Amino acid sequence: MSTVASPLGDSAIMLRRNFKHTLRNPTAVFNAVLFPVVIMLMFVYLLGDAFSVGVKYVDYATPGMLVLAICYGLGSTATAVNSDMTKGIINRFKVMDVSRGAVLTGQVVASLLNNVIAVAAIVGTAFALGFRPSASFADWLGVAGMVVLVGFSIGWFTVALGLSAKSVETAGLATVPLIMLPFLSTAIVPAGKMGPGAKQFAEYQPFTPIIETFRGLLLGNLHAGDAIAAIAWCAGIGVVGYLWAVATFKKRA
Amino acid sequence: MSSAIEVSQLRKAFGDRTVLDGIDLEVPAGTIFSLLGPNGAGKTTTVNVLTTLITADGGSVRVAGHDATTEAKAVRAAIGVTGQFAAVDELLTGRENLQLMADLHRIGAGSGKLVGELLERFDLAESAGKPTSTYSGGMRRKLDLAMTLVGDPRIIFLDEPTTGLDPRSRRTMWGIVRELVAGGVTVFLTTQYLDEADQLADRIAVLDRGRLVAQGTPAELKRQIPGSHVRLRFADPATLDAAARVLAGATRDDEALTLQVASDGGTRALRSLLDRLDEYSLDAEELSVHTPDLDDVFLALTGHDTEVTAK
Repeated sequence: MSTVASPLGDSAIMLRRNFKHTLRNPTAVFNAVLFPVVIMLMFVYLLGDAFSVGVKYVDYATPGMLVLAICYGLGSTATAVNSDMTKGIINRFKVMDVSRGAVLTGQVVASLLNNVIAVAAIVGTAFALGFRPSASFADWLGVAGMVVLVGFSIGWFTVALGLSAKSVETAGLATVPLIMLPFLSTAIVPAGKMGPGAKQFAEYQPFTPIIETFRGLLLGNLHAGDAIAAIAWCAGIGVVGYLWAVATFKKRA
Repeated sequence: MSSAIEVSQLRKAFGDRTVLDGIDLEVPAGTIFSLLGPNGAGKTTTVNVLTTLITADGGSVRVAGHDATTEAKAVRAAIGVTGQFAAVDELLTGRENLQLMADLHRIGAGSGKLVGELLERFDLAESAGKPTSTYSGGMRRKLDLAMTLVGDPRIIFLDEPTTGLDPRSRRTMWGIVRELVAGGVTVFLTTQYLDEADQLADRIAVLDRGRLVAQGTPAELKRQIPGSHVRLRFADPATLDAAARVLAGATRDDEALTLQVASDGGTRALRSLLDRLDEYSLDAEELSVHTPDLDDVFLALTGHDTEVTAK
C-alpha cells in the first residue's frame, strides 16, 4: 500500500513528468539549441573577422555564447511554469498535498537539463569553428560547475518570472531581458569598445563577471575577482528567485 | 448518519468584495449535495475553501471530521477534487496522467492494474496511449474524474462537472456520479443547471451573491418555484385585452403583448387552452411552453434574475 510521501520523492516524480514533457516536445529543445547556435555562427563565422578583440574571435566569443544558450533556454521554462499554473493542474497537485516545492524543483531541474544540452551544442559548434581552449581538466570541471550554478540560480529566477506572469504569452515576454542582457555584456565585445553608458552598464551587470569567469576558465587567465563576483551574483539571483517563486506559488491558488 | 461536510458561518472576501457572506451547510456521508447558482455566485470559492485551496476569513469548515484550516493535510488525504477546468497534463497520455497520480499517492506495485481498471471503467482504454491534448472535452472530464479517483477518496468535489459537455457526455457523467455514491462516496457538486441538481442531488442549496437563499430536497425546492406555463403572444393590444378577459388568472405583459398561463404543458391542457381561444375567435401570434429553469428559481427565490456582474 501507500508509503509516506516525501518532498524528495515528490520532486523525483515531478522531474520525471517534466522530463517526459521535454521528450514529448522535441521542437522546444531543438529551438533552444538552434537559436544560440545560429547566433554563434552569425557572430563568429560571418562577422568574426570584423571584431578585433586581441585573441581569435571564436576563443573570445564562446564563453558568452554559453551564457546566451542558458538564458535563451530559460524562455521555455517560464512558459512551461506559467502554463502549469494557468491550466488547473497545479490545483490538483495542491489538493493532493504534493510537496509545494516539488512542482517547482521538477521544473528547475528539467530546465537545467535543457541548459546542459544547449551548452553541449555550443561547445561542439565552437570546436567546429576552430575554438582551441587552453583549459585543463580541472578548468573544464569549473566550467561545468558554473553552467550548473548559472542554470540553477537563473532557473529559479525564471520560475518566479513564469509564476508571476498573468499569461503564457507574458511569461515568454518576461524572459526577453534575460536573453538581451548577455548582448549588453562582454559576451560579444569587451566593454572598453562600447559607447558611454553601455560601457558602464556592461561593466556592472551580473552577466559580465559570469562570462569573464567562463572566459578565464577556458582561456586559462581566470581572475579571482570575476569568479567571486560571478558566484555572488548567482547566489543572490538564486536566493531572490527561490524566495520570490515560493511566495508567488503560495499566493496563487 | 455522520456528516461528511459541516460548514457554519463561512465568510470569504477578496479585497472589499464579499464573495461568501455567512454560509451554513451540512452534507451527510454517502449522499449527493448540490450547490446551485449562476456564474459569480461564489460556488467555486466555496469549493476552494472546502478543499483547502484557500482559507476562509471566518466561520468553521469541517471536512471528513477535520478542520479545513488547521488540519488541511488530513482533509486533503480524504478528498478528491475535479475542478471546473480539466486538470490533466496535456503533454502526457491518458495512461501517464493516471500513473502520475498513482505515483504521487505512492500506490506502488498494484498501480498498473489500477490504472488499467480506471481506463476501462471510464471508457478511455482505446485512447490511453494518446496525449490528452488530442482528447475531446468529454474525454478530458472523464480522465480528470478518473485521476481524482486514484487515491480512493471518500468525499469528492465536482465543480461544474458537466459545463460545456454535450448531452451524451453529460448523461455519462451523471451515471458515473451515481455509481460513486452507490459505492458509499459523498459527492459535493456545483452546477448552474437545475435539471442536473434535480437528477442527481439528495439535497440542493441555492447560492446567490454569496448567500444561501434556499436549501432542501429537489421536491421541496420545486414547490417554491412557479410551475410550467404557456406564453401566448398577441398581434395587438386589443386582442391582448380580449384574451386577458377570457383567460382569467393569466399574467399579462403589455409591453411584450404576452399572457402567461399556468399549465403543465401536457397536450390535454394545451388543447383546452387553444379551444378556449378558438371559442372567442382569438388568435395568438405565437405559443411557447416553459418549464422552470434556474432563472425561474432565482426570480422566485431572490426577486432578481441570474444576471450577475461577471468576475
